Amino acid sequence: MAILEVNDVSIRYKTGDIRDLGLKDFVLKKIKGQYNVKEFWADRHITFSLDKGEMLGIIGSNGAGKSTLLKVVSGIMEPTEGRCIRRGNVAALLELASGFDGELTVKENAYLRGAMLGYTRQFMNEKYPEILAFSELKEFENRPFKQLSSGMKSRLAFSVASMVNPDILILDEVLSVGDGAFRKKSEAKMHEIINSGAATILVSHSLEQVRNLCTKILWLDKGRQIDFTNDVKGACDKYQAYLNGDRSYVESKTAIQ
Amino acid sequence: MLEKIKKNRFLFEELVKRDFNKKYKRTILGIFWSVLSPLMMLLIMKIVFTNFFGRSIEHYTIYLFCGNLIFSFFSESTTQGMQALVANASIFTKVNVPKYIFVLSRNVQTLINFAITLVLLVVFCLIDSVFPTWKWIFLIYPVCLLVLFNIGVGMILSALHVFFKDMEYLWKIFTQLLMYLSAIFYQITSYSETVQYLFLANPVYLFIRYFRKIILDGVIPTPEFHMLMAFDTVFVLLIGFWMYKRYNHEFLYRL
Repeated sequence: MAILEVNDVSIRYKTGDIRDLGLKDFVLKKIKGQYNVKEFWADRHITFSLDKGEMLGIIGSNGAGKSTLLKVVSGIMEPTEGRCIRRGNVAALLELASGFDGELTVKENAYLRGAMLGYTRQFMNEKYPEILAFSELKEFENRPFKQLSSGMKSRLAFSVASMVNPDILILDEVLSVGDGAFRKKSEAKMHEIINSGAATILVSHSLEQVRNLCTKILWLDKGRQIDFTNDVKGACDKYQAYLNGDRSYVESKTAIQ
Repeated sequence: MLEKIKKNRFLFEELVKRDFNKKYKRTILGIFWSVLSPLMMLLIMKIVFTNFFGRSIEHYTIYLFCGNLIFSFFSESTTQGMQALVANASIFTKVNVPKYIFVLSRNVQTLINFAITLVLLVVFCLIDSVFPTWKWIFLIYPVCLLVLFNIGVGMILSALHVFFKDMEYLWKIFTQLLMYLSAIFYQITSYSETVQYLFLANPVYLFIRYFRKIILDGVIPTPEFHMLMAFDTVFVLLIGFWMYKRYNHEFLYRL
């Protein structure tokens, strides 16, 4: 049985006059009839499944609906239509460096992040030395987080998150973390997790990375599913062609829909 | 809900710790400042209003203290609670956690402040030779209800704050007006009976009055009075939970 099943999922998103709106603006706009909220489908009829040990690469240009789809997979959002079935625990590493608190120390932030990821305190106590060693932040342990460079922040984020043994691991643009040496280390760690039998979802703008790591490809374009296939090389080649300006494949796919 | 809190206990503890550290900046002086502010308020009111109201009200300092204690707990908790969702947006848009724990964690922090000020009230009582009686045990009732009431109001406000960013200013104005309507430094007996009944529509006044009845009059309020307080509390809690349930996913679009 597949560990993750996404079944005809559609997600409707709202934009328009809903962010940073004051009550005053709201009332004024309502009176003038200028209040408009646009709804659009961030994802439409997405279907895929993932087994243990598989790694799915999601490709697509900005605004394709990748991040929104991941929010549904990780359970932060509910799909407007369709179903998402998870048979295991999910660890999502979305936009790593955010969600930390600049006033807190490295140690406190590590614990907070661990708590956010659903670890127990006992687990954190056990793993904390390992996290510190892996992120190479030993000498910064009690420094406020705001004094760290952004590379260091991502390193900590990755180190905390990679301590899990999730059944489903979601990586959104996280492999491009830190300098060359750390990247190698993190990729090795990633392989370790993948090989331990987790189903992994990778979103990356580096097509090279997707080619090297993934066993399945999901291609999204403006919320529509262009492809879901085992043929990683074929899909990547087509995507590369699309990026170079050849829209024929995407058009042929969307024409059917 | 309790099960969810249990599951998220570690996160809850870390959030409380974080809010506490940030507020007090890891100094003993930090706590000192937040206790000093209600005391200063008390001092100013005592100086300014003693000539107007103090002569007709016995133990005027304690009278003022009860009002200030309750009101500042209410306004601090609700203001803190209001900001809980917007301030923690970077967390709950990334991981799947029940959102009310942010409001709860803010309330734990203000409760600590309240507890310290409450101890000071007892000290002031002793100095003013108002001595504790067994009836003071009843104070647990308004304290517990007020904590729940603040959580309820905090949830409502935090949800509204997500929708309307100027809630902060509106609430600030509202609490300021409410303070003058809560009989903190005056007595309501100088008003007509109808107006006196209107004061009962102000939940914060109910809590203040309960404290004064027990501490200054040595009287336990009527069962109806208890029920009115419970009704107000349950009412705001229900609205708060309803809003969270109704708009749980809607929050994400707006942050």
